[in-house]
Amino acid sequence: MKKLLIIATILLSIQILGTAQVIKGSDTMLPLSQKLAEQYMKANKGKSVTVNGGGSGVGLAALVDNTTDIAMASRRMKFTEKQKLQETGRTSKEVVVAYDALAVVVNPANKVTNLTREQLEGIFTGKITNWKQVGGDDMKIVVYSRETSSGTYEFFKEHVLKNKNYMNGIMSMPATGAIMQSVAQTKGAIAYVGMAYLNKNVKAIHVSYDKGKTYVEPTVANAKNKTYPIVRPLYYYYDLKVEKKVKPYLDFVLSAEGQAIVSKVGYIPVK
Amino acid sequence: MKKLKRFVERIVEGMLTVSGMVTSVTILLIIIFLFKEGSGLFKSPVVEEGYQLFVNAKNPVNSLNSYEIKQIFDVEVDNWKSLGGADQEIKVFRFEEIFDLVPEEEMGENYALLPQKLGEVVKANPNIVAYLPTQYAPKNLEGVKMVEARKISLLDFFGGKEWMPTSKPSAQLGVLPLILGTLLVSLVAILIALPLGLGVAIYLSELAGEKARNYLKFTIELLAGIPSVVYGFFGLVVLVPIVQRVFHLDVGETAFTGSLILAIMALPTIITVSEDAMRNTPKALREGSLALGATKWQTTYRVVIPSSISGISAAVVLGIGRAIGETMAVLMVTGNAAILPPTLFQPVRTIPATIAAELGEAPAGGTHYQSLFLLGCILFVITMVISIIAEMISKKPQNNGL
Repeated sequence: MKKLLIIATILLSIQILGTAQVIKGSDTMLPLSQKLAEQYMKANKGKSVTVNGGGSGVGLAALVDNTTDIAMASRRMKFTEKQKLQETGRTSKEVVVAYDALAVVVNPANKVTNLTREQLEGIFTGKITNWKQVGGDDMKIVVYSRETSSGTYEFFKEHVLKNKNYMNGIMSMPATGAIMQSVAQTKGAIAYVGMAYLNKNVKAIHVSYDKGKTYVEPTVANAKNKTYPIVRPLYYYYDLKVEKKVKPYLDFVLSAEGQAIVSKVGYIPVK
Repeated sequence: MKKLKRFVERIVEGMLTVSGMVTSVTILLIIIFLFKEGSGLFKSPVVEEGYQLFVNAKNPVNSLNSYEIKQIFDVEVDNWKSLGGADQEIKVFRFEEIFDLVPEEEMGENYALLPQKLGEVVKANPNIVAYLPTQYAPKNLEGVKMVEARKISLLDFFGGKEWMPTSKPSAQLGVLPLILGTLLVSLVAILIALPLGLGVAIYLSELAGEKARNYLKFTIELLAGIPSVVYGFFGLVVLVPIVQRVFHLDVGETAFTGSLILAIMALPTIITVSEDAMRNTPKALREGSLALGATKWQTTYRVVIPSSISGISAAVVLGIGRAIGETMAVLMVTGNAAILPPTLFQPVRTIPATIAAELGEAPAGGTHYQSLFLLGCILFVITMVISIIAEMISKKPQNNGL
């Protein structure tokens, strides 16, 4: 009797493993995908979704190696990655599941509220070093950044600095929490964080991408109607061959219920 | 029965020998692994793996070093004249830009025509420098010249002043600021911790009563048990604002703040080791001094400290060792800016913090990965030298020079 029970359990777990989907990739998207998977499993008994982090690059490499069903990425698939996948004779499909906006933050005591992209580039590459130069008090600018391993670091570099390097000797912090703490207690500080992290201890800068004609505040509404410029899409990539397997989950993610979770976690819904 | 007992003893002996051997071999293997992973760096070209730089064939510039490449792509140098070329503006071209110039349909089956298209672009622009993947490189095409790929040199690595390991196309791997930052933070930490630690040790071994000593020793051992990330958080939230306010600085995350935290963390080691040494002063020496009419203070100052000087030195060296290898607390309070620290009140970046923050995302086997392993080797050599010194000092016979 006992033996039978054990065999039954093993068979059952194999069954579950067989239908389990694996999602792997971006650490930015990890909390979002976990929450989505949790709700999805609650709604669909017997379905199983496993979510792993590791970074966008790791997720896309896993898709090429066929060790994940869905790769989550906070950046677009690179040309070389697409090539690698094609070499194995497969094609991937791209789905945007949410948007993430980056906010530039300063200390609340700072007078400066508006900055253009060119000014931001100057500040983060070290060409502008005093708040006086951008209409603030005579105070040294203290620039904080994320560590080089972060996807946010890369995105900000590509999008705002136009691929130029950050200044030599930028202060780099291990986590967004540490950045928020430092900006809140350093008068001349400036840094970039995900919009979900904004709170009253820091001041969000209104950004202009049209050389100072219009300055846009980073709010969910502005990010949603695309007037706020520093926004990046968050992607799911999957192999077209397993579309049938991942479709129910993707449908859930893009449904009203799934998108409600997206805004609850602090990102901007697609619809 | 006796035979069985002997047999069991043999087995236990054997197990102890084996476990000793296994441990030594493991440690050796780890060291070998460290050096093996790091050693490939000096065989790598300065341009990112899988990519090459191309210029127009009419351009007289044949080779560029890592720093020049970085300056070109950051638009800090914008004229070929300063690099030995003609007087014309530099046009930077990145691979992805080809997709804005040429529609994807024209690139042929499996991008077969892509190298040709790239070649046309390079040929058409005499002032261009193009950063292209080797796979689609316009090789052997007329009007295109490959920039000679130099290897990363020892001087680039040990003498370079910029640490930008993810900079493209050419990573800047100067470790000088990291080495100096690590040494600076640790040495200042010891300068702060030594007088404090020695004071507590003297109090504990010479002045404190039995009850106070037990109580204090317990507290100090508790200090050693706090996880370093807790120290780091304490440093970031409490020490950083204090340092900023007291010294009127722009930033509170400085080398000095790191030193303060490390001093606190090195204190338990310094106190326990030097207190042990002091308490081990032979009773005869202590009582002899008192019998000669010396006061308690004179005995401490003239007899106890000199006789335990080797123990105290060992405590100092062990404390430095603790400070140099510390990662998490330093990562959180020193600001991690990779610059040569001009003063103590500037942000610095240490070697352990760099490894911890970057190794997770560095692609395995790449130059960034290898340079992080070499940093580990440097750290290993530094701590090994320190422990050899500690060993030498503590082996010196006690009561030397009395």
